[in-house]
This record gives sequence, structure tokens and C-alpha cells, in this order.
Amino acid sequence: MPETTARAKEVTAEPDLEEIEVRELIRVIPAHHARANDPEAGDLPGAMNLDAVSAWYGAFRAVRDVSMAIPSRQVTAMIGPSGCGKSTLIRTLNRMHEVIPGSRVGGRVELDGQDIYGSTVDPVRVRRVVGMVFQRPNPFPTMSIFDNVAAGVKLAGPRPDRPVAEIVEHSLRRAALWDEVKDKLASRAVALSGGQQQRLCIARALAVEPEVLLMDEPCSALDPIATAKIEDLVRELRDSVTIVIVTHNLQQAARISDQTAFFFVDEARSGHLVEIGPTSAIFVAPREQLTQDYVSGRFG
Amino acid sequence: MNRMTDTGPVPARISLEPTVAEASRRRRDRAWTWACFAAAGTIVFLLGAIVAMVVINGLRSLSVQFFTEEMFGYEEGGALAAILGTLQIVPLATLIAAPIGVLAGIYMAETPDGRVAGLLRLATETLAGIPSVVIGIFAFTVIVVPTQTYSAFAAIVAIAVIMIPLVARSTEEIVRLVPGSVREASLALGIPQWRTTVSVVIRTAAAGILTAIMLAVARGAGETAPLILTNVGNQSVNVGDLGNAMDSLPLFIYFNSGLPSEFLIGQAWAASLVLLAFVLVINVAVRARTIGRRAA
Repeated sequence: MPETTARAKEVTAEPDLEEIEVRELIRVIPAHHARANDPEAGDLPGAMNLDAVSAWYGAFRAVRDVSMAIPSRQVTAMIGPSGCGKSTLIRTLNRMHEVIPGSRVGGRVELDGQDIYGSTVDPVRVRRVVGMVFQRPNPFPTMSIFDNVAAGVKLAGPRPDRPVAEIVEHSLRRAALWDEVKDKLASRAVALSGGQQQRLCIARALAVEPEVLLMDEPCSALDPIATAKIEDLVRELRDSVTIVIVTHNLQQAARISDQTAFFFVDEARSGHLVEIGPTSAIFVAPREQLTQDYVSGRFG
Repeated sequence: MNRMTDTGPVPARISLEPTVAEASRRRRDRAWTWACFAAAGTIVFLLGAIVAMVVINGLRSLSVQFFTEEMFGYEEGGALAAILGTLQIVPLATLIAAPIGVLAGIYMAETPDGRVAGLLRLATETLAGIPSVVIGIFAFTVIVVPTQTYSAFAAIVAIAVIMIPLVARSTEEIVRLVPGSVREASLALGIPQWRTTVSVVIRTAAAGILTAIMLAVARGAGETAPLILTNVGNQSVNVGDLGNAMDSLPLFIYFNSGLPSEFLIGQAWAASLVLLAFVLVINVAVRARTIGRRAA
């Protein structure tokens, strides 16, 4: 980290108030730095690598040539203004982009060194390893809480080696929802509050034991208290799963991520990667002026 | 601040008295509200008048005999043959129409941009618009003429043909109502497409699909024209012999209401009541389910 600090001094001789605020924010979460320097982290499964990834909707190129590494067992935040392709990009990481008719992906996305768009790779398999949580909580409306969490295990993949009830409890505990729902597992999932529904969706995604968890603005439909719970959860989960989170909330990115990627739109409205680096560097001493302007709230 | 020293004209105080335009708008608003209310009232009145007429006339002739005996001549008996006939024809037609209609509806809903789905949708709309008497002639031509006999089988096919597009169209609409986010959630869990459709999408739409089938049953139960062309000439009980004609409630009503016998006309009223009750019960049950679901 000394390198980052040096750069911070060099670039921002006179830090303004906002930057100091962000720096304070980062200081209270020491976890960032420890993880980025952990030499063993590289050997764990769930590392992704993007090489010149582009994504189209018909003729419109929503994402242009994004290359970046997503280290395993870290939280990678994607930030940037609306329409900069963050959500589209995150959907290319588990082959959910191609579900939309007329869409197309170019470039290479690797998961632990293997191309997930390889001709022999089944997208269903990719989605089991790379789970996803969406912007709005989307539990299966006619299913109970239990069935929602069990859905992935029951409806796909090999027979589980543990009893389903055990998997459900374990997943709900990982999603910090068990104590709130353990007495009403048979009731409808849609009866839960929005925040609980979102944690249920996280539990549902965790039940199939993914190595990577993609979160597309998971808190945008939630109130601040529910948001705080999801953020706590992200911090806990990063020990067992790689997390990629798209967020509009800069403070959130600063609070929970190890590295941050900043995206922006060009004249053709294509989103591209401006800068990626350790979260502390992006918020305190970004290399690009554009990033600096964005994180200090000058636009967007 | 400047207002104090401003020498311009003093602005008038705001008045909330209705202007001419506002008063006229309010009058027109009231008039149209009444017109819409009256139109809605007409529907309720028509339904009420028909139900009341059928109930009053039907109850007069309804008896235990009506349910337990065949018709003997012109003055004695009941509608047992017709009731048993309808109880065979309608379920069997449903057995044919429901799977075809549901699967076609799912296909149209799940491949919305496909050219085949577009053609299928056009075909479904057209089939739904064909008058039932024409479908009766069709069944007459392809089944009754070659087999040289009126038969329950021909009637079942004709009724099924009428029900299929109804089931398909409603199923499509209901399956489309399943939010895309539910499909996405399932696919993102690594649940394969077919499993997503069967276990998630259809499961979510199941109650609605059942509703679609029930409404088609209600419609099929009352169809008369195709029966007249395919399935006449038997007033005795026929259980299970689909190769021959089988009486049914619509036919029973149609023929008996035209005969010069007070008794038979009364029996036709009673049959109308039974048929109406059947259809109303289905409709109300379906409605109760739908409302219950919306509240939940």
C-alpha cells in the first residue's frame, strides 16, 4: 500500500473535503488492503479474467473492449453513470446476456483459465458456477421460502450429496436470513419484506454453491437498513465466494469492495472501462481525471 | 423584496370560484359518469333478467325425476340421458383440447418473436373466430359422413376444436404475465431452459392455466350448433358408446323447447337451469380463485 499513498500525495496536493470523507470511509474498513496482498488468494477457485469483452444488443454496442481481472475471493465493484454498460457487462460473466434475443458477446471471458464462451461449454453449467442476484428481489412467487432456496438444487444439476433441508438451512444462514424465517419456511416467499426477499435471493443463489456471485445493484430497491444488512453479508461472503457487484452508490463501493472498476460511456453510447484498481486508490488517487471527477461527485 | 416598492399594477387576489369552463367540465364529467354507470347497469340487468327467467321457469319443472330418469314419450321422464351425455362429451373434449391448447399457448408465449409463433397466433385467432356452426359442418363432413352415423365422437371433436383456441389464447396471455425476472432468476440458477419453463414458468402460471381451461369448459358445455350437426337422434342413456349418438343438455333444450308439450318445454327450462348453474358455478369459482390470488 505505500505505493498508493505516495501516489495519493502526488496527485492531490490539496485534497478537498469530499476526498477526505472518502478516505475516512476507507480507513474504517481495513479488510481491503489485507485481501489484496494475500498471496494465497490467487490459488483459490472463482477467478475471472476478461479480455476485450464487448456486448451488443442487435447493432448497438453496449460494452466496448473491456479487459480486466477479477481476483478470486475478493469483492470487485463496478461503478459508473447510468447507461455505461455495467449491468450488461456483469451479465456477460454468467452468459445471461445472450438470453436476450438479438444480443451478442465478443472477446474472451475466462473462469479459472477456461473460456466460458468456448464452443463446448454449456451456459447452464456456467450459471451454476457463477450465480447472480438481481436489481429487484425476484423470488419465485408461487413457491414457499424453503422451495425458493431449494429450487436450484432440486431443479438442476446432480443429486445433492446432503439432504436438501440441510442445504436450505446452511444457505439461509450464509445469507443471514435463517433466524428470521426458520419458523415459516413453508409460507410464501413473496410475503417477506423487500430486504428479506433480496437476502432470500442471495440464499437461493448460494444454495448451488457458486464460486462467483454477481450482484447487479442488489440494494437499489431497498431501504438503508436493508441495504446495510446486504453490505454486511457481502463482507462476510467474500471469504467463501468471489463477488462482483454493480452499484450506483459510491459510498457502498468504497465500503465493501476490494477493487473498483470505473466505467463510462463514449460518443457512441458504448460503455468502456476507464480505470480499475484497488478501491482505496480509485477513491483517493485515481489515475484518470474522469474518475476523479466522478468519485468526487462532480457529475453523474 | 422588490414587491413593496414595485409601482406596477397590484395583482388580483386568487379566486377559487369556478369559472364557466370549470363548471361546464364538471357537468360533462357528471353526465359521462352516469352514462358509463348506466351502460354497466345494463349488463347487470341483462344477466339478472336471464338468470331470473331461467331460475323461475326451471325451478318449476325441476324434480328428482329430472335427474334420475330418461325421457318416456311426451309426458313423462327426465333428462338423465342428456346429463350423462354432457358429463361425457365435455370432459372428453377437454381431455383433447386442454393439452393441445396449453402446449400451443406455452409455445406462443415462450417463443414470442419466432415466425412460427406468429403464424400460430394468427391461426389461433382465426380458429377462435370461426362460427361454431361451421365447425359443426366440418366435423359432420370429416367424421359423420365417412362413418355413416351421428356420433358422440364427432361431437367431442367439434367441441374440442372450439375449445382449443380459447385455451391456447388464454394460456399464452397468462404465461406471458409471468415476469421476465422470474425466468431470469431460474436461468441464472443454472436451471436449464426446459426445466425453467416446466417447473418455474408453468408452475407460476398454473392457477391461471387452470382458469383458462375451466372457462373453455364452460363455453364448450353450452355449444349447441356443432351438436345438432354431429350428434342427434338418441334420447336414451348412452354411457361409453362414442360411436353412436348421445343426448346432451344443449340438444335436450333445443329439441324439447320446440315441441308442443307443456311438460317437455318445462323440462327444457329445467335443463337450461342446470346448464346455467354449471356455467355460473365455473365462472364464479374461477373468479373467486383469481381474486383470492390477487389479494395474496
